[in-house]
This record gives sequence, structure tokens and C-alpha cells, in this order.
Amino acid sequence: MSTETRRTRIFAVAALAIAGAAFALIAVGGLGENLVYYWGPTELREAGDRAIGATIRLGGQVVPGTIQFDPKTTHLSFEVTDGRERVPVRSVGVPPQMFREGIGVIVEGTMTREGHFASERLMVSHGNEYRAPKEGERVDVEALIRNADSPAEAR
Amino acid sequence: MEIASAPPVSPRAVRGALVALGVGILLLAVGWYQGLFVAPPEHYMGEVQRIMYVHVPTAWNAMLALSFAFLSALAFLWKNDWRWDARLEAAVEMGVLLSFLLCVQGAIWAKPTWGVWWDWDPRLTTTAVMLVAFVGILALRHLVDDPRKRAVWSSVATVISYASVPIVYFSVRWWNSLHQVQSTPQTVDSAMVTPLRINAFGMLFVLIAFVTLRSQIARRRLAAELAPPPAASTALAAGGER
Repeated sequence: MSTETRRTRIFAVAALAIAGAAFALIAVGGLGENLVYYWGPTELREAGDRAIGATIRLGGQVVPGTIQFDPKTTHLSFEVTDGRERVPVRSVGVPPQMFREGIGVIVEGTMTREGHFASERLMVSHGNEYRAPKEGERVDVEALIRNADSPAEAR
Repeated sequence: MEIASAPPVSPRAVRGALVALGVGILLLAVGWYQGLFVAPPEHYMGEVQRIMYVHVPTAWNAMLALSFAFLSALAFLWKNDWRWDARLEAAVEMGVLLSFLLCVQGAIWAKPTWGVWWDWDPRLTTTAVMLVAFVGILALRHLVDDPRKRAVWSSVATVISYASVPIVYFSVRWWNSLHQVQSTPQTVDSAMVTPLRINAFGMLFVLIAFVTLRSQIARRRLAAELAPPPAASTALAAGGER
């Protein structure tokens, strides 16, 4: 084995060690707990007054029966739950076409003194399930496209 | 010396790559037809979900390309064989191209479903970091003229950067994410699984073909770079070519 090969083999082992350490640090190190993309309603409630005025992402499920949408003013209100706590959310603007009861949402905004979450950005997350329409059911493609721009008649 | 000899261009590899390319294009034609016209629209997302048939295979193949780059980098450092440097160059380029396409397809899918083109959620952020890291390796290879240094440095950088690839994979499980976790055959309707698999293999064949052809091009450059200094009579003819 030439000295050059010995040198690059040491490089290989060192690079592998660095990569492995970096991966391990993120996988099992404390980084996981410090990296929070969104809070659930329970965490938001626990934060109490600290949540007021701070920019926060709140994630959870839309509680069925709580969606109220005014097509004229595009004022939208609904409640988000993680199964334990509920937080009322208000936003202005057209929700994405996937928005519906029971779906996961992530809203960006802040908690207000009045006790509701004022959302400035609404994102809909979908699960990892992909299903064909049920027997005899037809997906109304034109309605989906129409609703993307004018959700007045969406659901 | 073993490390100084440039690998010759292999006509057999080129022929094999062209066959793989043909097979890949054929599979993709079948997969696209099935994905666009045979598979049902998704219950909630409708027609827009059909982008899954390219998005998911792109993700798989991007990870495969970068994994092959990782193995090529280790093999080069271990054996000092220039063929692995040529493969590294090809695999990193394909990995970057596929990762970039992955982000574009993801954005196109995200806008009508999530409501936004992009958000700094764990999956998207780690993917962006991965893409930037490997673009950096391409830049490094472009900037270093000495083939020996270029090969060693980019191999080391590739091995280290590869840590980002499993992080991207696990990001949706480790952290709350806007992006959903991986689907399994149980969570995807069986009529949708078939075009997904056909496209995945189609892209794999195209990937193999491109990596093979691109590494043959890299061999050509290496042969020119590593050739012994030309004699005075041929110096003019060879000059300027790199």
C-alpha cells in the first residue's frame, strides 16, 4: 500500500466519523427537542400569556362543526384541537381547497388577549393516505379548480 | 504508479447505458400513461395528486444517486482508483439535478394542497440543506484544477455531506412537520401503487444510464488531465485542451 493510499484511507475513516457524529448528534442528541416547527393547542395553553404577541405556529386538527366562513368578508373562524385542548382560530382570506373539517392545519400568527389565535398564514397538511374515490363517487374536478380561487361555495 | 493511470473510456459501458436508457424511457412511458389515465384521482386532492407519480420516484432516485456518490467517494479514498472519482462526479450531478427537481415538483404540489409554495418545515429545510451541500461539492470540483486534490477533497466533502441524506429521510418522523410521513403500500390505494412502482424503476434505469454516460465523460477529462506532459512536437496540438 502506497503512503498516498494510506493517507486517503485515513481521510475516509475521518470523514465517516464526522458524518456519523453529525448524524448521531441530530438523531439522538438534544437537537430534536429544541427544534420545534409548531406547537399543539396544549403547548400553546401551557405557554399562557407568553404566547400573546409572539409569532407562533399552531398545528392541530380542525374541530368538526366549528368552521364559519363569510364569503363576503372572507373572515374565517374555526377551532383547532390536539385531542386534549382546543384553540379558536380566526383568519382573513380564502383557505386552501383542501381545508375541511377534521383535516390537519398549521396556522402562523399569534395569540390575542381576547383568547383567540389570530392567523396570518393558513397551511393545510394532509396525511400519507391516498385513496381512490369511493364506489360511485365522482371527484368534481371543475369544482376543485373553481374553489381554489373562490371558496365561497367550497364545502 | 497505480494512482496516476487514467481509466480508459469503455465502449461496452456506453452500449449498456444506451440499453438502460431505452428500457427506462419505455417504463416511464407506461408509468406516465398509467399515472395520468388509468389510476383514479385521489379522494380529496383529485387530479393534482397525480404529481405523486413523479415526485416520489424522484425522491427515491435522488437518494439512490447521492448514496452511490457516497459509496464512490469512500471507494475512491480506499482504493485510489480514478474510476470511482469519475462515478462520484456523475452521481453527485444526478443527485443534485434530481433533488432540485424534487423541490420544484414539491412546490407545485404544495401550492394547491397546503396552500403555500414553500415553508421552512423540517422536511423542506433539511432537503434544502442537502441540496446546497451537494451543489457546494459541484462548485468545489469546478474550482479545483488539480485532479488529485479535486478527487480527494470532493470525496471527503461527499462523505461528510452524506449525513444530510438520512436526516432528510427521518426528518418527518423526528419532528412535527408540514410534510406528511412516508406512505406505505397500506396507505396508498393499490391502483396507485402500480404506476408509482413502474415510474420508480423507469427513473432508476434512466439514472443508471445517465450516471454511466456522465462518468465516461469524466473519464475522458481525467485521461486528458493525467496524460504525461506531451513531447515538444505535440505540445502545440494538445495545448489548451483540458
